[in-house]
Amino acid sequence: MNPEDRLSAPLVLEYPFTRTTGPVIGAFMTGLREKVLLGIKRKDGSVLLPPTEYDPETSEDLTEMVEIGQSGEVTTWTWVQEPRDQSPWNSPHALAMILLDGADTPFIHAVLVDNADLMRTGMRVSIKWKEETEGHIQDIEGFIPEGNGND
Amino acid sequence: MYESMVTAMRKVAVVAASSRQEEKMLDTEVEMMIPLISKVREETGLNQTEIGFTCSGSSDFLAGQAFSFVMTLDAVGPVPPISESHVEMDGAWALYETWVKFQMGAIDTALVYSYGKPSPGSLQDVLSTQLDPYYIAPLWPDAHSIAALQARHLLEQDEISHEDLANCAVRAGTVQSQEEYFDQPMLADPLRQADCPTYADGGVAMILAAEGKAEELCERPAWITGIDHRIDSHHFGVRDLSAIPSAKKAASKAGVYDAGIDLAELHTSYTVHDILLRKELNLPLDPTRSSKNHPIKAETLMASGLLRIAEAARAIWEQEANRVLAHATSGPLMQQNLMCVLSGEKG
Repeated sequence: MNPEDRLSAPLVLEYPFTRTTGPVIGAFMTGLREKVLLGIKRKDGSVLLPPTEYDPETSEDLTEMVEIGQSGEVTTWTWVQEPRDQSPWNSPHALAMILLDGADTPFIHAVLVDNADLMRTGMRVSIKWKEETEGHIQDIEGFIPEGNGND
Repeated sequence: MYESMVTAMRKVAVVAASSRQEEKMLDTEVEMMIPLISKVREETGLNQTEIGFTCSGSSDFLAGQAFSFVMTLDAVGPVPPISESHVEMDGAWALYETWVKFQMGAIDTALVYSYGKPSPGSLQDVLSTQLDPYYIAPLWPDAHSIAALQARHLLEQDEISHEDLANCAVRAGTVQSQEEYFDQPMLADPLRQADCPTYADGGVAMILAAEGKAEELCERPAWITGIDHRIDSHHFGVRDLSAIPSAKKAASKAGVYDAGIDLAELHTSYTVHDILLRKELNLPLDPTRSSKNHPIKAETLMASGLLRIAEAARAIWEQEANRVLAHATSGPLMQQNLMCVLSGEKG
């Protein structure tokens, strides 16, 4: 049989419900849309990024959100030579923990450089936003070495 | 205080176990589990009606199907109706649930089993889905990369060395020599293939019994003298990558530090985790006796942890050891840890 003659129908697997992100993750996501990064203050004054509704150690409610800087320091990293199909990046890049100015916890994202030789722990990086933002962690295209003409 | 609580607990022992692990199995989950479950029932002479509770561990994400464990119950037998439960976790946690059921006094015997069959799909994709759904999972980092973030941190803090990683890979049998290790290219810099798990299909079945019954079913029951599990934050940034607080806490609560350990069966599927966990537990890096089939060489999601407990029990049955630690882990960067101390003495 000619493959074009076969009967076929699309099968879209989906979950027909939505989830709300709540007052803290929701605020962070809205911030991303506005190209602003929001962390949250813990009782001891330190700032969690990304923010959670509760303190991960003491379980206390957290409510005071604060704006975080858009540059920071790489605290550890690895190199992804062959990104997987679902990856937001289709070229080799570094995956890193990045401690942004004003935050006390590093968070995971990509550093966009051409090869692993350009990476080192302690290097300064700045955020690179996508042109169109929609309130999603992928609004951040990645981080680039500071002073590389971002903005 | 906790110790006295444990002594007031009902004594429960592992009395039979059977397992199978292969790189790629053509059998279905049911076909894989039937011989294992049959074997432990035959060994103890128990038929399913004489087993008070059945508890399993497996992953719907791995099977690609909701309630996939219901299908695998065919391996237990669809009739008679049984008292049954399931955890979407490694079978070690199914064992924990069962241990709690014993403490409630409701049962004298139980069947615990777990299995994983990653070969038909992409395990890396499945592992990515267990990450934080808002901040991390949409970036689809693979498990090796995440382990590499921790490895680089430990290397740069001088907590471990590249030689430590190479020696661990040799111990685990993923390479024959240090030279072979250093010849390998980076897989997830600074980790090489030999540092990372090779995945296998597999399953484990086990019979537990309470004091009074265990002695009838097994010549030398492996008594659970301590068991505890703890969890760390799923946000890597919040965690000190140089430590595994949940492992230490679970070990302390399970009484691991109270006396010497003859043998440690550790569920560590990366060299870097093996080194870090041994440090946290004050275990020597190169113990004379450690895991026979190392999880770095053959890791089976949902079964490797229960397999560690089965191997620990076997060491007691065969009188190779008298006080054995079995450890199970789950989640990214050893987020969840279960410690189970087995002993030849009822205690």
